[in-house]
Amino acid sequence: MLLSEFFTVILLLAGAFFFLAGTVGLLRFPDVYTRLHALTKADNVGLGLMVLGLALQAESWAMTGKLILIWLCVLLSSASVAHLIANAARKKGIEPWKQ
Amino acid sequence: MEAMTSLPLMTLMQLLFDTLLGFALLWLGWRALASPDLFQAIVLFIAFGLLMAIVWVRLDAPDVALAEAAIGAGLTGALLLTTLARLEAKNRSKSALEKKHKVWLMTENVKLKTASFLWLMVILMLLVSGLVYAVLTLQEQTFELQMLVSKNLESSGVSNPVTAVLLNFRGYDTLLEMSVLLLALLGVWSFGGIPKPHESLPGPVLNMLSRLLIPLLIIVAGYFLWVGSDAPGGAFQGGSVLGAAGVLLLLVGWRLCIRFVGLPLRIILVFGLGVFVSAAVVLIFLGRQFMEYPPSVAGALILLIEAAATLSIGITLAALFLVGRPEFRRHK
Amino acid sequence: MEIFYLSIAFFLLLTLLAGLWRVLRGPTAADRMLAAQLFGTTAVACVLLLAQAFERPVLRDVALIFALLAAVTAIAFVRRAWASGEHSDAAK
Repeated sequence: MLLSEFFTVILLLAGAFFFLAGTVGLLRFPDVYTRLHALTKADNVGLGLMVLGLALQAESWAMTGKLILIWLCVLLSSASVAHLIANAARKKGIEPWKQ
Repeated sequence: MEAMTSLPLMTLMQLLFDTLLGFALLWLGWRALASPDLFQAIVLFIAFGLLMAIVWVRLDAPDVALAEAAIGAGLTGALLLTTLARLEAKNRSKSALEKKHKVWLMTENVKLKTASFLWLMVILMLLVSGLVYAVLTLQEQTFELQMLVSKNLESSGVSNPVTAVLLNFRGYDTLLEMSVLLLALLGVWSFGGIPKPHESLPGPVLNMLSRLLIPLLIIVAGYFLWVGSDAPGGAFQGGSVLGAAGVLLLLVGWRLCIRFVGLPLRIILVFGLGVFVSAAVVLIFLGRQFMEYPPSVAGALILLIEAAATLSIGITLAALFLVGRPEFRRHK
Repeated sequence: MEIFYLSIAFFLLLTLLAGLWRVLRGPTAADRMLAAQLFGTTAVACVLLLAQAFERPVLRDVALIFALLAAVTAIAFVRRAWASGEHSDAAK
């Protein structure tokens, strides 16, 4: 196995772990705000690791650029949308969960 | 040796993936239809659109996957959410008496339903058997058609076979699709004027997001239009991305200047269809058949038609989003 | 390597289907919308993996559209569906 393939495997597995963690958080966390927190980890880090892993195997620099562009788009929209949803939830009067 | 052992495993994995995808799609479709909560149904529909696009990816139909990703998963979800907001606003403004009346009507309907249930079943069975018949009588080998397309690809002016079929060999497909979109807009306009929006300021985050995302969406729309002649993409894909830019503008609170709402907007809406039809008609006068492009200029003609169509489709999709006819006040 | 990509894509599909439970459960509209956001990102990763597994770079454009349009639905939700008055199950 090539060294780059080895790194791809590691990165993709790590990315998949973050997606799993995001889903578990979405299912198990008690309120909207904590679920948002779990979700953005999958969006930002999970997809970031996946894109990094796949970029190692990309056939050209242009393709690497496209992969990173896709990640940046998701990063931008997920961060902003998380803020917008949390803000809307606060305005609706949803109380943050307190132990 | 490795190829010998890994090949069946790959097929097995593909089979697993496809089976899960297929059942998930069926389940989602059923839940989206059966869900009593409209909002939940919309979210399920968005998930359905995402999985449908993945299905088209698995079927190796990137052109359709692109259109499904943009229209099915992206724009339709936003359109349905806006419609739901308008529905709820209407329901709230109704008086309590009317609501009571409505509930009474609905129970009447439920009683009727049991009586008409059989009829519905008969109609559905007819439809299903018709579909089954259509699938069973489908020709298994479409190889001849593929050969026909690839043989004539050179005279079509483009190198993407899908674009060649949709814009040249079967140009009326795209022509009629664009008319359908325009008719849908007329249907929306028949509901009357735009409801008075009472929305807040977008705020710094949404402002920044729209400023970054809208130029990017417009560039990507141009990319899909340009790449359509030799790779998956084209007028509908580019148009729907352009439409998304328009929708985003409307959501942030941007409004078209009243001067452009009347005739200029309508001209842009029919521009694509107009260019398409006039190109086809002019060719008749030049001694050719309806929509028969001369090979020497076919590429340029298709690009011209697609550019006009992209603009019109994008603006039409954004105009659909207004859920009503933009008011056009004449100056006295 | 192709099998590995496909297995990861399969795994992502499984997490997506697990997330559907949150859509059915709610309780607020925002929770359902969050799940849809996660589905969008999962679909991006899934399509990128499929593009790599079957060596079809064209498919990355599908992921690009997913990534660009993911925000539009969520903004429509925040600005329209959730902005005007109370939603039936949002008042919790």
